[in-house]
Amino acid sequence: MPIQSVNDFVVRFANVNGSGSASANELFARSVLRMGIPVAPRNIFPSNIQGLPTWYEVRISEAGHLGARGGTDLMIAMNPQTWDKDVAGIEPGGYLLYDSTKPMVKSKFRDDITVIGVPLTAICNREYSDPRQRQLFKNIVYVGALSALLDMDVGEMEKLIGEQYKGKEKLFDANKHALHLGRDWVMMNLDHPIGLRLKRADAVGDRIFIEGNSAAALGAVYGGATVCAWYPITPSSSLAEAFTRHCQRMRVDPATKKNKFAIIQAEDELASIGIVIGAAWNGSRAFTATSGPGISLMQEFLGLAYFAEIPAVIFDVQRAGPSTGMPTRTQQTDIISCAYASHGDTKHVLLFPEDPAEAFEFGAAAFDLADRLQTPIFVMLDLDIGMNHRLARPLIWDDTRKLDRGKVMSAAALEAGKEFGRYLDVDGDGIPYRTYPGTHPTKGSFFTRGTSRDRYARYTEEGPAYADNMQRLLRKFETAKDLVPRPLQANADKPTKYGVIYFGSTSPAMDEAIDLLEADGHALDRLRVRAFPFHSSVTSFIGEHDFVFVVEQNRDAQLRSLVVNECNIDPVRLVPILHYDGTPITARFIARAIADRLDALKVTPLRKVVS
Amino acid sequence: MTYVAKPKFHHPDLPKNELGFVHRDYEGAVSTLCAGCGHDSISASIIEACFELSIAPHRVAKLSGIGCSSKTPTYFLGNSHGFNSVHGRMPSVLTGANLANRDLIYLGVSGDGDSASIGFGQFAHAIRRGVDMVYIVENNGVYGLTKGQFSATADAGSKSKRGVVNTDNAIDLVGIALQVGATFVARSFSGDKTQLTPLIKAAIEHRGAAFIDVISPCVAFNNHAGSTKSFDYVREHNESVNRLDFITGRTPIKVDYEPGSVELVMQHDGSTLALRKLDSDYDVHDRLAAMSFLQHHAAKGQVVTGLLYVAPEPQDLHAHLNTVDAPLNTLADKELCPGSAVLDKFNASLR
Repeated sequence: MPIQSVNDFVVRFANVNGSGSASANELFARSVLRMGIPVAPRNIFPSNIQGLPTWYEVRISEAGHLGARGGTDLMIAMNPQTWDKDVAGIEPGGYLLYDSTKPMVKSKFRDDITVIGVPLTAICNREYSDPRQRQLFKNIVYVGALSALLDMDVGEMEKLIGEQYKGKEKLFDANKHALHLGRDWVMMNLDHPIGLRLKRADAVGDRIFIEGNSAAALGAVYGGATVCAWYPITPSSSLAEAFTRHCQRMRVDPATKKNKFAIIQAEDELASIGIVIGAAWNGSRAFTATSGPGISLMQEFLGLAYFAEIPAVIFDVQRAGPSTGMPTRTQQTDIISCAYASHGDTKHVLLFPEDPAEAFEFGAAAFDLADRLQTPIFVMLDLDIGMNHRLARPLIWDDTRKLDRGKVMSAAALEAGKEFGRYLDVDGDGIPYRTYPGTHPTKGSFFTRGTSRDRYARYTEEGPAYADNMQRLLRKFETAKDLVPRPLQANADKPTKYGVIYFGSTSPAMDEAIDLLEADGHALDRLRVRAFPFHSSVTSFIGEHDFVFVVEQNRDAQLRSLVVNECNIDPVRLVPILHYDGTPITARFIARAIADRLDALKVTPLRKVVS
Repeated sequence: MTYVAKPKFHHPDLPKNELGFVHRDYEGAVSTLCAGCGHDSISASIIEACFELSIAPHRVAKLSGIGCSSKTPTYFLGNSHGFNSVHGRMPSVLTGANLANRDLIYLGVSGDGDSASIGFGQFAHAIRRGVDMVYIVENNGVYGLTKGQFSATADAGSKSKRGVVNTDNAIDLVGIALQVGATFVARSFSGDKTQLTPLIKAAIEHRGAAFIDVISPCVAFNNHAGSTKSFDYVREHNESVNRLDFITGRTPIKVDYEPGSVELVMQHDGSTLALRKLDSDYDVHDRLAAMSFLQHHAAKGQVVTGLLYVAPEPQDLHAHLNTVDAPLNTLADKELCPGSAVLDKFNASLR
């Protein structure tokens, strides 16, 4: 029985990298959005520019589920290389759209799916003589075919094409024509629409469609960053590139045409973080964007920044490691390497945004926190939220908000005779005052070093002075617990002994998993951790439950280790739920894994079994 | 090692510079390097240069990496902010500092291990970007702090104190600096203060990447027969191409040398260098000729010193990046944060 569904299904495009499919697929996703139906697209792409398989998955969900679901209801199979796997991946009762120009043997299909053949190559060959056009427009032709098969609003599609080719009439006409070639062919030759349909809805609201990397970069603009140093690495390059774009639009002095920013593509990640540290030491807000291998390279410098107390912001867009790992696949796998980055005793502040809206918010807040705490701040994104378009609440900014530059002693304060000790804890919060270089001719200068020093920044190797400083750094870390974004708790309708902790990009899948679990009669309280060091509410949440599941996208349960270690929790009470094959975690996976363990934890009373 | 404070009092009649500072205002803590170390002579030249140029001490930022040479910023300019960063990475930290505030003078102090071995990449990249700085390498061809291992500037065939012969080829940092586009390149000798101090002054006045390689013999591990970085060896093989007699700021130039023996070099910032030529064939503006001159003399075992190259119209990184004139670290909230109206428009473009 073919699947029947309105506004709730998964479409997957199987393409060849470099064939120009990306913009056509995005046109499809945006068209659905314009019909008022939420979509969550995901690029599944190889580390390659041309020739390898690539997929674009569009989850359509009027209910607003934005996490990956798993399974495919409609496959657009445009890549012969992956045909068998793609056909096998279709849900029973699902649909397959393929290029029927060349006949296929029956054994290449399945009996339990609906096969839809459209002679895409033939249509294009008839229409175009230029081989490049034949290739490129084929993508638009299949989107046109989909518009008829799924009963889409073709007017919205034309409008989108119009916006994309504004001022380029010829391109607009050509694309519109290609769209109708596919649409008209289906209308003349096939039964349509199929069992999967799109119906105009009003479920998108004022939400925006944005990649996390772009939002995080905009956060850096709003957070007052002026220096960015980076080295290209997937999946973080687009963050630095977005910062460049945003700055060119928002940070060029209108009168002089000069830049209120400096961006350096450095020779490596060591230089990137070095430039950031130098700029931050000198009173500019500075950041780098990188991924796991870059974090590894920055370790020595991060220890210096921790010990010398330099504000620095690091956007870590995580991918699967170790080593080169799977550079184009998502994971939450740098938690430990960032939390304890570097040699010696170090601890760092981490922020875990769940989506682009929080990437923007935390991206801006990171600079205030860095200046306030005088320490590196890591914004932990991942490929799933960084490089995919995600529906998110609109970005907001309060115009009364002031950038918090932290404890900086001014020339006037020095002149007035205020005592200055670079590492002197005057307020009991572990945070000392600093001066920017060049502040005062005779007062307030100090020597910054990675070697130990006394409270007045004078070199010393005396044990008590070293220990005193290390203790103050711990006090500062305690202060951080109340400054970083708090965890968000959501309780089940009825009291429960079970809780779940999750963070970052797992969010939408987790929300949906809770619905699935509740439908099965399971009750779970939820805590979304948004930062490290952990707020005291993390410990109390665990204390209130017998068992707490910790859901994360890595092999070694890294956040769980951090909770065990930093909150002194008995590991037995924290049950790891781990997903780490490089695909985004799904609601189905979480719900199944938690349900299995809940069933195992439920001890059936002996009497019941006997009777 | 302990921190030793110098007494603050000084004789009331000590000479003052234009800003009213005395020599002592440019000094730092007492050096903890070995007695007779060439590096201390370089520190003295830096102090001398800053005093004579009447630079406000707090307008200098001194940055270094790790090693004996990188410890020296503690021993000069005590009223300047200093940053002893990580091994071989001073150039990136200095680059960032320079981006944040283009109004300060950046003095990078490094050694041959720091710049030619572990930090060779950062050395080259900071220079090729044209960071406005004075980059001094205190070059002794040896690792002092870890007790006498060869560094990458040790000449092939030179002998360590323990008698080991170095078989690796040497990196000539001056050659590399010329190749990657330093706009001011000089070499000097820590034992020749009259040559070194004016070179440092000229480098400070230079608006661009200024590099000075200073041969600075290590009295503990590299001052023996068989070393090519010892006092005796350098004195015997020094081939000085010119001598900078003075550098004026924006004051009128008075030159009373014989006609033809002095070349006046105008710097971009309006200052002038008076260059007394010792080798009549040498042209400080010809980068290619300088590179070949160096190679030619190196083959003869000679160490060429003096001002080797200066670009008449240098550009720095801020010019390349087209940054605003005000230091980036002084920009206020309203200049940095585009505000909610811009954000609303941005949101609208994403629907």
